[in-house]
Amino acid sequence: MSTLMVLVIVIAIAAAGYFIGRQRAVSKEGGNVKPHSLPHYHGWWVFLASALPAILFVAVWAAGTGVYLERSAIAELPTRTADTVIASQSLELGMVSGIARGLDRLSDAERANLPQTFAELQPLLASKGVALATEGQDYMIPIATEWNRNTAWASRIGGIVAIVLALAGAVFGLSGVHVRARARNNVERVILGALIAASGIAILTTIGIILSMLFQTITFFQSVSPSTFFFGTVWDPRFAAAGSGGSQGQFGLIPLLAGTLYIAFVAMLFAVPVGLFAAIYMAEYASRSVRSVVKPLLEVLAGIPTIVYGFFALVTVGPFLRDLSAALSGGYAFIQAQSVLTAGIVMGVMLIPFVSSLSDDIITAVPGSLRDGSLGLGSTKSETIRRVVLPAALPGIVGALLLTASRAIGETMIVVLAAGVAANLNINPFEAMTTITVKIVNQLTGDLEFNSPQTLVAFALGLTLFFITLAMNIFALYIVRKYREQYE
Amino acid sequence: MTDIALNPAAPASARPARRDIGLKRRYAAERRFKLYGIAAIAIGLFFLVALMYSVFSNGYTAFWQTEVNLAINLDPKIIDPDNKRATDPNVLLTANYPILARNALAEKLGVPATNKPAMRELGKLFSEGVRGQLRDLVVANPSLIGTTQNVWVLTGADIDSAFKGQIDLTVDQTRRKVSDQQVGWMNKLKGEGAMSQRFNTGLFTYGASSRPETSGLGVALIGSLYMMLIVLCLSLPIGVAASIYLEEYAKKSRLTDIIEVNINNLAAVPSIVFGLLGLAVFINFFHMPRSASLVGGMVLTLMTLPTIIIATRAALRAVPPSIRAAALGVGASKTQMVFHHVLPLAAPGILTGTIIGLAHALGETAPLLLIGMVAFVANSPVTPLDPSTALPVQIYMWANEAERAFVERTSGAIIVLLIFLAVMNITAIILRRRFERRW
Repeated sequence: MSTLMVLVIVIAIAAAGYFIGRQRAVSKEGGNVKPHSLPHYHGWWVFLASALPAILFVAVWAAGTGVYLERSAIAELPTRTADTVIASQSLELGMVSGIARGLDRLSDAERANLPQTFAELQPLLASKGVALATEGQDYMIPIATEWNRNTAWASRIGGIVAIVLALAGAVFGLSGVHVRARARNNVERVILGALIAASGIAILTTIGIILSMLFQTITFFQSVSPSTFFFGTVWDPRFAAAGSGGSQGQFGLIPLLAGTLYIAFVAMLFAVPVGLFAAIYMAEYASRSVRSVVKPLLEVLAGIPTIVYGFFALVTVGPFLRDLSAALSGGYAFIQAQSVLTAGIVMGVMLIPFVSSLSDDIITAVPGSLRDGSLGLGSTKSETIRRVVLPAALPGIVGALLLTASRAIGETMIVVLAAGVAANLNINPFEAMTTITVKIVNQLTGDLEFNSPQTLVAFALGLTLFFITLAMNIFALYIVRKYREQYE
Repeated sequence: MTDIALNPAAPASARPARRDIGLKRRYAAERRFKLYGIAAIAIGLFFLVALMYSVFSNGYTAFWQTEVNLAINLDPKIIDPDNKRATDPNVLLTANYPILARNALAEKLGVPATNKPAMRELGKLFSEGVRGQLRDLVVANPSLIGTTQNVWVLTGADIDSAFKGQIDLTVDQTRRKVSDQQVGWMNKLKGEGAMSQRFNTGLFTYGASSRPETSGLGVALIGSLYMMLIVLCLSLPIGVAASIYLEEYAKKSRLTDIIEVNINNLAAVPSIVFGLLGLAVFINFFHMPRSASLVGGMVLTLMTLPTIIIATRAALRAVPPSIRAAALGVGASKTQMVFHHVLPLAAPGILTGTIIGLAHALGETAPLLLIGMVAFVANSPVTPLDPSTALPVQIYMWANEAERAFVERTSGAIIVLLIFLAVMNITAIILRRRFERRW
């Protein structure tokens, strides 16, 4: 019995419960007693009482038996010795589950006279579209058959229990239908529970992010010590071929961190003056009509996907800077097409709308009385802005800049296409450097063995990135809260 | 006052000299300051225009593809030399179809079949994609064998570039990808009207391919569509439910404070971190399939949720308290008040926020790279569990290809993506203008 069919049956029972429950509630109306709830609340309560426990049970049962059966399959694998051919237990388990999946697709007749050796089984399963690794062993076949049989049993039992639960829930719900029953309150309590669960997902996501990266990072630090990771100045992870095992690379964070900060710095150097002046002009000088045209146009820049910026850097800005430098020096292009400068400028363009719209909001929030006071004392408009408005808006602007900087540090697609992949440590902005995000992408694209340090290092990098941006965001919030002027 | 004290020699009867407050200098500074603002806006707009120009000037040609019209004789002697097609279905699948196209072209241009080098040059004129095109034609209708069919065949990518004038034909022929002979043929066919540019439907239907002329966005569009549906179906209900709880029910407590700080933080987490989460949790822990649009959709959902929650909460907050008081006053329960009165009034705002969140998710690339959507997928995915790519990921993969024709395709794909985003954002703006109520 497939899980989907069980769910359909459960929902059908619950839906029937809804109609019967509503019908019963209607039929019990009409006496002298005023009914507590509208009929459809009774229907919904029957529906929920029937469907909810059954569906929860199906979910828990599927997850639980899956883990249990995998455990028991592992227990049946022969003990690992020095001359076991297959590199790891998880690989072995993967093969067994592959065989099990393949056996599922065979017809009854084929299953009746199943070949007993792996060599015969492999082509048979391949013809069904299940490709198996060549190192499969004969002893895996009985384990796989056993696994399949147990899975079938487990899903049959689970399905029956779920349907019984649904029926019992429907009977329970229906038995409670009477005029004064508080069906509405029950339904509303379930709704409130669902609302709380939904807002819990935000917390779950954060916990998921931290835990998933933390576990992989701890595994990584078992093979590479934290001090060589955080203070190493050489990034050379080597190629992580599956099974290469021992080949160790060097995982130094410093060159990546330096590249990340350098590119973000160049981007901010470009974006902050441009964005800030644009915001000042729009908030203080521009007429209404100019503002209504220019502001949305600048915000278009924020809506363009970063991959488009990356492509723009790759085919337009990079070659342009290279040709420009060649023309300036007469032949030798001292600016490389993929360089800190290219990535920084293009990222700066991307950041302009963030700086300008955040600062614009903050500058407009400064009360007009401050401006009037300053202008009344005889200062010019620009003096008012520099000496009165900007200092008043400063905490907000600093917060906005920090948020923008954290975006620059976490930005991926522009640097992947425009900054280069060589992990250099240099201070020349005309050469290529690489960033944390680029290396995360590099280490995780392609078919890699999941347990090698070469793959796991990406999680350590991700965790570092997460904490850097988190710290900047919290610091930004703190500054804004602490130094915000209250104008009432 | 000090001025007067310092100038005792000044005659008392004359009006005191106007104190120099540097007006000239200050007005100049004022003008300069204003100019900086204008320059900043000009820089921003310049880059917007430069970016758009770069994309559109490179990409608009991608919507047309050069094709050549051939009268192809589906010769049974070439398709099925041993006459076994009735018994062996593989014959029709593996037949040498490009030869048919080459012969048709040779006949058209009057090249003798014995001229081997010329025939080889001729073979490069049209795309290898002709194999699949003729195969599909014949397999769908085997009775066509032996007849002569008029077919529009794709030209090779280099010929396409030359036809569009993207290859400099003045350089020596050894240093460019099309020979003088091929250019001659091309011009002859063009003069006869047999070679022309036609609307490139393949750009929207083909899957991945190593040849530019037969690669398209088909798989990516389906993958992106699935992902958007998944994001919509998951993030809208969850986001709205979470916002309703936080805005209408939750009392101010430590827990709600934590949830709130959390959501604000999640909105600022780099998108690539969500990719790591998806890889570690969905793929490595739950063993979901790699490169599936289901996993991509779930990762993008987690990424979009904070945006939708923040927008929904703003929309709920904009509904005036008098509505709530009125509903409660006539005897609605709190849940009825929220779902029957507040939520419908907040719906336009929620919808606008959702569309903007979806547009953001549609353009997101980095997390999808990590969950294996950088894949060479040639066949259209049927379910969200099948391997597929996404529109921005396809752009990334094409951007890494070296050939000139792929630059054109990449820009074309970017135009498609930008059009989608523009439509979504304009819809959001129209919705907001149309339904927004000021209380």
